[in-house]
Amino acid sequence: MSALQERIAAARAEGRAALVAYLPVGYPDVDTSIAAMVAAVEGGADVVEVGVPYSDPGMDGPVIQEAVDVAVRAGVGLPDVLRAVSAVAEAGAVPVVMSYWNPIERYGVDRFADDLAAAGGAGVITPDLIPDEAGAWLAASERTGLDRVFLVAPSSTDVRLASTLAACRGFVYAASTMGVTGTRATVGDAAERLVSRTRAVAGDLPICVGLGVSDGDQAAEVAGFADGVIVGSAYVRTLLEGRGPDGVRVLSEELAAGVRRAKVRA
Amino acid sequence: MGGREVLPPTLEGMTLSAHAPAPDVPDASSRDDGARPEWPDATGHFGVYGGRFVPEALIAALDELTEAYEAMRVDPAFLAEFARLQRDYTGRPSPITEVPKFAEHCGGARVLLKREDLNHTGSHKINNVLGQALLTKRIGKQRVIAETGAGQHGVATATAAALMGLSCTVYMGEEDTRRQALNVARMRLLGAEVIPVTTGSRTLKDAINEAFRDWVTNVETTNYVFGTVAGPHPFPAMVRDFQRVIGDEARAQLLEREGRLPDVVLACVGGGSNAIGIFTAFVPDDGVRLVGLEAGGDGVETGRHAATITGGDPGVLHGARSYLLQDVNGQTIESHSISAGLDYPGVGPEHSFLNDIGRAEYRPVTDAQAMEAFALLCRTEGIIPAIESAHALAGAMQIGQELGSRGTGGRGDEPPVLLVNLSGRGDKDVETASAWFGLGEQTAPTDGDERAVEAGRGAEPGPGLDEDQRATDGAVSNDEAVAGPDAGEQA
Repeated sequence: MSALQERIAAARAEGRAALVAYLPVGYPDVDTSIAAMVAAVEGGADVVEVGVPYSDPGMDGPVIQEAVDVAVRAGVGLPDVLRAVSAVAEAGAVPVVMSYWNPIERYGVDRFADDLAAAGGAGVITPDLIPDEAGAWLAASERTGLDRVFLVAPSSTDVRLASTLAACRGFVYAASTMGVTGTRATVGDAAERLVSRTRAVAGDLPICVGLGVSDGDQAAEVAGFADGVIVGSAYVRTLLEGRGPDGVRVLSEELAAGVRRAKVRA
Repeated sequence: MGGREVLPPTLEGMTLSAHAPAPDVPDASSRDDGARPEWPDATGHFGVYGGRFVPEALIAALDELTEAYEAMRVDPAFLAEFARLQRDYTGRPSPITEVPKFAEHCGGARVLLKREDLNHTGSHKINNVLGQALLTKRIGKQRVIAETGAGQHGVATATAAALMGLSCTVYMGEEDTRRQALNVARMRLLGAEVIPVTTGSRTLKDAINEAFRDWVTNVETTNYVFGTVAGPHPFPAMVRDFQRVIGDEARAQLLEREGRLPDVVLACVGGGSNAIGIFTAFVPDDGVRLVGLEAGGDGVETGRHAATITGGDPGVLHGARSYLLQDVNGQTIESHSISAGLDYPGVGPEHSFLNDIGRAEYRPVTDAQAMEAFALLCRTEGIIPAIESAHALAGAMQIGQELGSRGTGGRGDEPPVLLVNLSGRGDKDVETASAWFGLGEQTAPTDGDERAVEAGRGAEPGPGLDEDQRATDGAVSNDEAVAGPDAGEQA
């Protein structure tokens, strides 16, 4: 069983959803971003999405763009990301890389798979790579045993849900709403409907929900129907507001309490 | 064309003047005129290029567009409506103009211009937009969004939206709203909402990012009218189909007038839609050189340029695999060009493919070379070209001189014939050109004043140029339009 799936199953065994924290490498600088990831783990994150800075983050809203732009301009790249991956693993959480496709293609798909596995990474979430275009990555992840997390969205047809899930390993990332990353007042019932449709074809693959979750109450709400709750912009905003790794730890504690408040499905 | 009763069966056969017999060029007349290229494949790949590198959330919309487009492109009712609009609204067919005085600077070659600058709205962009606007109505959406660099695609989209009663939002880099203030005003007059984009390099690539963010948020009500032959499938093939009328017409016009094909076809390449538009008809004509002129900016060796194929590497940007300008980390490098319409670090995947298979060649033209050609066409022929198109004119000067010096390229004793796509007119560029040449209070450069071009480099703008204007204040906004980021926060 994959490291990601195992960790999410362990959370479920505790009667709760897993907390998945996203932070980009390199904001405000590489060392502080790694310290923030470690703090997120100390506060209760089970999985950390280690974000790769990218110049054209088409799926991200203004909060993540602002932070990532700083890292891009500072020349932060995959060697820094691999260092963050190792730090997260040492801190006791499962690291999974979140990357738009071009940085990985530029680095070399096979080379990256080898280096990520060696650094202790569990796999990669690819927001702009669909399984249809992922031939090289499917082969490299098969060879190295890395997990590959693709996305599903409210607009995904049943046929695409099935084909995408067949290509996933570790978990499937369910985008809660049509739109970009960012905190929202409500997560809405589109997420629950999507999870329900996804569950029908997921088998025992965990379903984690992202986009829009920013506080403990929302985490509790999503934890009521998902196996994992993904929080990104709220963590990044904490750093943008200058609250540093300590602020990240406090947010993680609030969100970790949230995923424990929910009534998790049997 | 006016009295023509027979409807064209497909977009491919849709030249507005019939293919003339070409007695001297048997292979040209006997081939299957207007055949659709065998690429891309069913999933939008041009060899290793193209495809779909987008969030899953957009796949359903792209599938819907693909399916609707494939049905539309062979629908006689659409073809009749599209032909009517091209004739009565755009003013097609656009003429071919020979420019002998300009050609004196082209090594003895003959130069013929395909006059897309005479189209309604002033460029080739209208060809594509009318097709995509009809497609928008066909799939029942009421709102269109678009990205724009120089503003020509934004103006064309705003025009088609006004014509067809669609709500329209245009994303434009803040830097470009300053460079192309006239086009911002035109879009607003046409009722479009113009949103200046302040992320990244604040140019075309960032406008595309923002338009995709809007689309993924509002896809149920909104269609993305993409302006060039880049982006995810089906855009590269669809935009090519709508633009190929340029080359289909030009090929027939040359055969009719000259009884022969051109030796070289030249076009500027940013994203590459005008170039694909004029190339496509000639791709099967093995004897015809296809040359794309990229924006060389300060010179490719300086790193400040937008010559994507010349100076870039294959990668993934804006939904497709193609050449792009990128650094060692795979980050997109900001491009530089005096021409807002070519200032783009990517290029359409079909150009990457045509380059790799050797069917087309791509070379850079610097800002200075383009502006020299710009001034030359103005003074010798009374035609003010878009600065984008001036890159193609500069390419004609270079290639004409190369062929002339080698004594090659023509047919027997005939001089070589260069067909240049004059993709747009230069009204929008008057302020940029005035600043470049140091006009305003100074006198215009003359033929004998070569130094004026150099002296104008980096000159202060002339009087009347408000460098600090915030072109976006007081936007005429459309009540139906919803800005993507706002809508996203509300969702």
